[in-house]
Amino acid sequence: MDIFINLLLLVISTAFINNFVLKYFVGICPFLGVSKKISTAFGMGCAVTFVMGIAAFLSWTFTFFILRPEAPLPAWVWAQCGGDPATKVDLSILSYLVFIFVIASSVQFVEMYVRKFFPSLYKAFGVFLPLITTNCAILFACLEILKQLQDPTNLWGLHEALAYSLAGGIGFTVAISIMAGIREELEMCDIPTQLRGVGIALLTAAVLAMAFMGFAGVDKGLEKAMMPKTTAAVETSAETLEKAGEAPVEAVR
Amino acid sequence: MSESNLPTAWERFYNGILPENPTYRLLLGMCPTLAVTNSVQAALTMAAATTFVLFCSNVMISLIRGLLKPHLRILVFTLTIATFVTVADRVLAAYLYDMSKQLGPYIPLIIVNCIIISRCEACSSVQGPLVSAVDAIGVGLGFTLGLVSIATVREILGSGTWLGWTVLPNGTWEPWGIMVLPPGAFLTLGVLLAVFNRLTEKKA
Repeated sequence: MDIFINLLLLVISTAFINNFVLKYFVGICPFLGVSKKISTAFGMGCAVTFVMGIAAFLSWTFTFFILRPEAPLPAWVWAQCGGDPATKVDLSILSYLVFIFVIASSVQFVEMYVRKFFPSLYKAFGVFLPLITTNCAILFACLEILKQLQDPTNLWGLHEALAYSLAGGIGFTVAISIMAGIREELEMCDIPTQLRGVGIALLTAAVLAMAFMGFAGVDKGLEKAMMPKTTAAVETSAETLEKAGEAPVEAVR
Repeated sequence: MSESNLPTAWERFYNGILPENPTYRLLLGMCPTLAVTNSVQAALTMAAATTFVLFCSNVMISLIRGLLKPHLRILVFTLTIATFVTVADRVLAAYLYDMSKQLGPYIPLIIVNCIIISRCEACSSVQGPLVSAVDAIGVGLGFTLGLVSIATVREILGSGTWLGWTVLPNGTWEPWGIMVLPPGAFLTLGVLLAVFNRLTEKKA
């Protein structure tokens, strides 16, 4: 049960509280460029979510088995070549090269696959696919996965990596769709000439970002509400037991 | 393709700074522009790293421009850029550790900064290394200008300092917290964009 609650909390905090576009500013180019109509904006959002899921799967696999400091594959190759087994093999310096290669090639493959097997889907969002290669949101998700896998105390599993990236994509879709809805209405308005186009879009994004700041703290509240009290108490007592002998008092409270 | 009808080195340099300013005119590289401009120091570091990568990859692409195949062009660009970004990232982590922590994922995100790819595409894949180098410096300066102008507004209004020096003393000035938070970035860029449009409009 805990695993689902954790995943849900991860999804909510990634999609809304730490929204990719409005908090980390990644994927701003499509956010400003393709947000003039709701339908295209939604298509773009779906395409990004889709590619992000695939890129996250691939980059998690590569990072886990090859790129992280204690990865099994390079160590095995090193041992096979007769290297000293005590040497630590760390290929993480190659990660940026590998990630960008993975993203570029997976976008190519997805495009080919979708064009061959789902022509209607290709018509719907195929035009956006090549643009996604240079979408920073995808690389940002891959980098976050890399960061989490370099920290040995809290290794992300594949499910967490996938949940993180899909939630990021959903957050992107929500933000870009809201933005497109507002911009459709803005077309009727009388905007000062200097602000027309991107200027007013940026000011709208500022208001949206303020609105999304209101989500801050939602995850903490949900965690409190959803975590069964018994497990929380057991966890705290275990932690405090390790630190000092006052655990029973804390646990009773 | 003849090189005679392409812009000269000086034109490239000047174009990069004002008429084709990457931040205010072309609106490229928005993600670092918005994300790291809450202090002037971070903005300067970011601009320096981007300029370094831009310079190196522009020269490199220009040197190998005869070997590029049209359909693999973009891939070669991104891989070249990724190599230099790794260099910049390691150097920053070694010599400016705190700054590298503060900039976090935005240094690797230089790889997908559209400015660099667009310069590779528009300039260095058709012109020689000297012109490309000058072009990179011009565009880099334009980008620095954009970043520092946004960061100046945000840091002065948001924390009352500029590059760490106190400009507006604490007692007389209540810092606008919103300016160092994400919404402030959108707000500042939107307003500065309008100001820039207004100024260039008068000139024309």
